[in-house]
Amino acid sequence: MSQALKHSLSTEHRAKVQARGVNVYYGDKKALSGIGLDIPEHQVSALIGPSGCGKSTFLRCLNRMNDIIEGCRVEGAITIDGADIYAKDQDVVQLRARVGMVFQKPNPFPKSIYENVAYGPRIHGLAPGRKELDDLVRDSLERAGLMGEVHDRLDHPGTSLSGGQQQRLCIARAIAVKPELILMDEPCSALDPIATAKIEELIDELRTRFTIVIVTHSMQQAARVSQRTAFFHMGELVETGSTEQIFTNPKDDRTQAYITGRIG
Amino acid sequence: MAADHIVKTFDEDLTQMINMIAEMGGLAESQLAEAVMALVRRDEGLAARVIDHDERQDELEEDIEAQVIRLLALRQPMALDLRTVVAALKIAAELERIGDYAKNVAKRSLTLMQTQPVGNAANTIMRMGSIAGDMIHNVIDAYLNKDIVKADEVRARDQDVDQLHTGLFRELLTYMMEDPRNITACTHLLFVAKNIERIGDHATNIAESVHYLVAGERNERERSKQDLSSSTVINVWDKS
Amino acid sequence: MTDSLANDIRLRRRYQAERRFRIYGITATASGLLFLGVMLVSILIIGHSAFRQSFIKLDVTFDPEVLQIGDKTDEESLRYAHFQGLIRVALREKFPEVTDRRELRELYALVSRGAADVLCEILIDDPGLMGQRHTYWLPASDDMDLFVKGEIKSSAPEIERQLSDRQIEWAERLTSDGLVDLRFNTAFFTTGDSREPELAGIWGAVKGSFYTLLVTLALSFPTGILAAIYLQEFAPKNPVTDLIEVNINNLAAVPSIVFGLLGLAVFLNFFHMPRSAPLVGGVVLALMTLPVIIIAARAALLAVPPSIREAALAVGATPMQTVFHHVAPLALPGMLTGAIIGMARALGETAPLLMIGMVAFIADIPQGVTDPATVLPVQIFLWADSPERAFMSKMAAGIMVLLGFLIAMNLIAVVLRHRFEQKW
Repeated sequence: MSQALKHSLSTEHRAKVQARGVNVYYGDKKALSGIGLDIPEHQVSALIGPSGCGKSTFLRCLNRMNDIIEGCRVEGAITIDGADIYAKDQDVVQLRARVGMVFQKPNPFPKSIYENVAYGPRIHGLAPGRKELDDLVRDSLERAGLMGEVHDRLDHPGTSLSGGQQQRLCIARAIAVKPELILMDEPCSALDPIATAKIEELIDELRTRFTIVIVTHSMQQAARVSQRTAFFHMGELVETGSTEQIFTNPKDDRTQAYITGRIG
Repeated sequence: MAADHIVKTFDEDLTQMINMIAEMGGLAESQLAEAVMALVRRDEGLAARVIDHDERQDELEEDIEAQVIRLLALRQPMALDLRTVVAALKIAAELERIGDYAKNVAKRSLTLMQTQPVGNAANTIMRMGSIAGDMIHNVIDAYLNKDIVKADEVRARDQDVDQLHTGLFRELLTYMMEDPRNITACTHLLFVAKNIERIGDHATNIAESVHYLVAGERNERERSKQDLSSSTVINVWDKS
Repeated sequence: MTDSLANDIRLRRRYQAERRFRIYGITATASGLLFLGVMLVSILIIGHSAFRQSFIKLDVTFDPEVLQIGDKTDEESLRYAHFQGLIRVALREKFPEVTDRRELRELYALVSRGAADVLCEILIDDPGLMGQRHTYWLPASDDMDLFVKGEIKSSAPEIERQLSDRQIEWAERLTSDGLVDLRFNTAFFTTGDSREPELAGIWGAVKGSFYTLLVTLALSFPTGILAAIYLQEFAPKNPVTDLIEVNINNLAAVPSIVFGLLGLAVFLNFFHMPRSAPLVGGVVLALMTLPVIIIAARAALLAVPPSIREAALAVGATPMQTVFHHVAPLALPGMLTGAIIGMARALGETAPLLMIGMVAFIADIPQGVTDPATVLPVQIFLWADSPERAFMSKMAAGIMVLLGFLIAMNLIAVVLRHRFEQKW
């Protein structure tokens, strides 16, 4: 392996998020048990695993979206930059401003493209004036690679865009709040391959500014976009490692079986 | 392999590919054995057959390459499957080279039939050939059974071939110095020995591929080189 | 071979079943439309004549002597003046041969008693007319009106009709002299109820309905929407909220008269709120409408995709911001529909209002929510209950006005919905 290649794959990144002994229950059902995982800063971490393995549940622990689910209980410690996000004095609204999220189905607000992006900064008071807000919206759209396509119709409804554009609008909406961490829950599962490729390219660009965690059903996608991969199975974290290692030489038989298509 | 794939035709494709490797391996082994036999027994017919068989070897290699490309494109293999497929591509290329060397040995054996036998070089060649043949046999076995121990043994046995080659190299040089009429035969024998030594190297490469295939990691240590023929000097003046 | 034949038969049967089903559907729809058409046509046939009123042309002299007010011309005395006398004088001038008292009474009965009020208003507006002679078109009585409209036939035996032979003779003379005219009945749309069919108007009931619904809407819409939002979006799931939910669903099915009894017991007898007032009616109807609005609003909220809530929460909106910025606006059209259904039900409701006295005869037009009033369906019920034949057409006309009111309400709702939906 060349020196340059080794450097780019090195795991010498600070752990942005640390999960230790995380258990999640839905009522009596244990959805996650004993998850310990570090998510390195400025890298894309992919969470893979069969349906119902708990990868989305874990993702939703990171911005406490599980809070809105009735009967959901989280144990253990999750820290972002060393601060426990489940601490009593942690404000959920503030947390979600730091941890943005992009969902499986593009879900723009049924408002104009501009309003979609401006909403977050507005409620968090990130832009003191009209001009600043305009700049922030444009910058976010630019960074989401959408500006070129929508610059002349910012007042059109966000729902009038194509699926891929809607998803990039949702990404623009997330980054407009200037988060540190972006969670993506199968962001491309409803998109065609070209739209998917655009999102993947975007994810790679965003990595320089944000730390990204992506849940995906497509192992090829995990392989393409991520530097770190964690394999979940039946509510447990089976294996974690560099994406290259997981996809060429997984250590655990369950990982091997999953990524070579031997278990559902 | 741990278990069958959910998609059964994937297993079928992989099995088909592995069977072709097995066939290539068997062919390479018998070609080498026959080429050496043709040399030792001065059997023209056998030599001609070896040369003919090389075509089948080339065909198989092309088929395997096509199958590998097909698998990569259609199945997008991951992890063990990916390593299996990539190893198959490499092993097929190695076996094809082995076939070429065997063919070359057969060709040279035809030439050597027109010269006087030189010492007991043929014996050494036969020993080299049999070791190299064993290596091919064992490495294909190791591949089929995913047997990393056997693969590593094959890798170690390359030393024997190299040592025999170095010895034969000295011997043949001596023959040539003794009698210039031996030069033609000896030169051809040198090439034959070199070919078999190369076959050993290729078998070793296959062993390394098998190691990577099974373990997911490369062999760590640099393997000790026992082929010293490249630095062998026989000082004529010492003799006199 | 046989297999494919059986398949053909099965396929044909399936298509036949399909066609049969369509025919059933078309039949059902057509019969529904037929009944609706019959109803509308019969209402139109009965009611259309109420929109026209016969007038009789008379030369009236504002004679202070006949008015019996001496030389006083202030409004107060004019109100009590004997305008009836003016009309009698005018009629006697038209028919000088009639002298018998009984005959005279029959003659006077051709002109509506309301004609005197008309003259009274004219004189109050312009007292300078005193002593002058002018020609006025004055409303005919209900029986005269029916005769003019052809609903009383002279060919019928005298005993079976409200007009005597003599009255018919006079009426025909007036008609042939061009002194009778059928005109658009503006009084119907401007006056309140009356004992005299030719004077009875719908306006009092329309305003009563309007005030009642205003109170209902003002109370039930915000309350219902807020309750629905709380229950749907914020309330924790526990036995208490479950119980509330079950009760709301049950309340929607409670007979409306029960709400009337409640209104009687609580608002009238306990709180001593004014009887017959739109305020109490509105409160009672609001109680009745509330469950409908809550259920419809909750359904509308439930129909908003959860992804919108997630999206808002994920950018850091508080639950309240999520609901009021995103969820409620999306559910608003559905909430409006629910509100309109509830309002329409309230508009057509009679039973609970009977219990709180809105069934009383009220001739005055209400000027506010505390004035005694009646509402459209009650007015229709009262007219339908009246013995005078002329009220028949009033009733049908009242139904038309009620339907018109309903259509107007729905139109407003459609426009509002459209406006809110366009925003997205």
